[in-house]
Amino acid sequence: MAYAAGVDVGSTQTKAIVIDEHGKIVGRALIDTGSNVVTAAEKSFLAALEAGGIAESEVGYVVGTGYGRYKVTFGDTQITEISCHARGAVHMFPGTRTVLDMGGQDTKAIRVQPNGEVIDFSMNDKCAAGTGRFLQAAAFALEIPLPELGLVALRAEKAVPITTTCTVFAESEVLSWLGKGKKIEDILLGVHRSIGTRSMALLRRVGVEPEVTFTGGVTKNPGMVQVLNEMLGLKVNVGAESHMMGALGAALFALDRIKGSREPVAVKEGVG
Amino acid sequence: MADKPDGHEIIGRGNAEGGRLFREWFATLTGAAERGEPTAYVFVMGSIAEVLRAFDMHLVFPEINSLQTAVRRVAHEYLNTAEDYGYSPDICGYVKADVGVQLRGGQHPMGKIPKPSLAILTNACNTYLKWGEIWERMYQPKVFALDAPGSRSASTQNWGASNPDFEHDRKYVEYQLRELITVCEGITGKKFDIDRLRETMRYTNEMTAAYARLLEVNKAIPAPYNALNEGTIYLGVANALRGTAEGAKYFQDLVEEMEYKAAHKIGTLPQEKYRLTFVGVPCYPIFRRFYELFSEWGGTFVSSTYLNFASGGTDWGFQYDLNRPMESLAEGTLVGLRRAMDAMFFQNQWLIDSIDPFHIDGIVYHPIKSCRTVSTGLADNRRAVMEARDVATLFIESDMMDKRVVSEAQMKNRIDAFFEGLATRKLHAHATAA
Repeated sequence: MAYAAGVDVGSTQTKAIVIDEHGKIVGRALIDTGSNVVTAAEKSFLAALEAGGIAESEVGYVVGTGYGRYKVTFGDTQITEISCHARGAVHMFPGTRTVLDMGGQDTKAIRVQPNGEVIDFSMNDKCAAGTGRFLQAAAFALEIPLPELGLVALRAEKAVPITTTCTVFAESEVLSWLGKGKKIEDILLGVHRSIGTRSMALLRRVGVEPEVTFTGGVTKNPGMVQVLNEMLGLKVNVGAESHMMGALGAALFALDRIKGSREPVAVKEGVG
Repeated sequence: MADKPDGHEIIGRGNAEGGRLFREWFATLTGAAERGEPTAYVFVMGSIAEVLRAFDMHLVFPEINSLQTAVRRVAHEYLNTAEDYGYSPDICGYVKADVGVQLRGGQHPMGKIPKPSLAILTNACNTYLKWGEIWERMYQPKVFALDAPGSRSASTQNWGASNPDFEHDRKYVEYQLRELITVCEGITGKKFDIDRLRETMRYTNEMTAAYARLLEVNKAIPAPYNALNEGTIYLGVANALRGTAEGAKYFQDLVEEMEYKAAHKIGTLPQEKYRLTFVGVPCYPIFRRFYELFSEWGGTFVSSTYLNFASGGTDWGFQYDLNRPMESLAEGTLVGLRRAMDAMFFQNQWLIDSIDPFHIDGIVYHPIKSCRTVSTGLADNRRAVMEARDVATLFIESDMMDKRVVSEAQMKNRIDAFFEGLATRKLHAHATAA
């Protein structure tokens, strides 16, 4: 039996997923990307194989995705994370019509057809405002471990408005509110709402159609999930694998290739 | 009878000749700068080249000068010069690069740019008027601002003698053109010769007829030329050599080349997979790479709004009536400007109408940071087109001059995703048809 794999090289973390011929996840791995993107891709792939007890020779096709997709040197092809998140989201939540992917350095709103085809997408542009990096800056300023950030925000009573949209300036604004005696949890809720507002702008550009599936690394943050639910007036789909959705979508495209369907194949970088 | 040139002689002629004509044009400007000959600074929308050429004035297009600095990858040097002088990073990159050229004494990568004896501005772009004021402060040239009454509406322009409003507007423009002639007589010391004007108008007629045909030829599959990169060469010649025998011949030869290629199914790409339309101004700082990001996927731009609005309305193929030159010049100038503005602000109907005849697979919108005039409204325009037709669209933002706001990696991500979507669309279309 040939397995299929997807490797999502993100700006912060690299994710790998191996699936069987039925699309069932049999191995997964998540590591920090670090400075060596090629090594991160290899390590995550090998870790996912090990987790599933699968030999590399049993993998029939590998798709690389994410900003470092062309650094997945062992990959058979590359597909953008836009297509991969859409594909993974529709596979995991078949009612998905809109995807919000919030990663370390970019946030994407994607509108999809029932078959996973991307109709339209919108992304933050040359600026990390409204992305996971914004949360990271706040966590650093408040000296709170990143995984606890959302939980602290959920304890807030009254959000402090964070007006800056700049990730760099967010830190000084957070500190200035602290200096004025505002509670940490209230400041943090303000930070989450600030990101939520930016995400809503992206979503409005493509048009919000339920169901909305939330993907990417920030799905691990329950505060962000709650803020999005409130702003959208609906419950976004989030699952245990939502932070791995890009890798899952890539693995599903890889499975398509094994099964012989003619899904889009990327052009190798620099080759005409 | 001379033998018709064969394909070997024809193919590639337009690009090579365009480059040669451009180099010669800049060499002429360098000579004019050295000799201090009468020179007019004009814009691509409303150059009124026919009148200026009738007085043997040199034409300088600051917009073309500026974009050439970007294509030659030195725009940042000129932008920095202007910003060091005090211009904001947020204003039009074309203006700032030109200010940089002027502050460097006219030194430009293509030659030396002469100082203006005359500046012709129109209200087709709000920046033109402020730009002219910069030259006025620097050199005190004569400044002629043509006020073209606007009638901005989507494909509902109504002109011609039967429309009394249009006739009033035409007369208003004609009156201004007669003023311009007096100004030119004063600058050059030459008496106006109506037959010289007829001659330049005749060359423009020949050029515009060929230009309109050129745009039509690209309906062929595969497309004989790429409207983005090759089209920009043609556009440059159309502006720089409007009203000249060389310009007219260039476009007639170009049509011959493209018709040959169309008849022999010779495409600009070896394998054309997707036919696209480009909306906006090109990304000159990475001009070649930008094109490659599409061509690597087999994407060809078969048409563009740029070839419409930046041609100053030439795309329509308007023909002057040489029996009543002044009246007709006013009519053509007014219609050209209005069409140029419509092509900037109301391109949605043109886009919708061109999908089928040009066999368009996708539309690429490219709003740019430093020109809000052409960029504001593109998002709404895109939405209107998508509501009217089920067509794939891509919206990518960068700039036409400033590399600081061009992110190639982000651009590639979006373009790749766009083509992945196009590939899936084709796949589903084939599956449905089967």
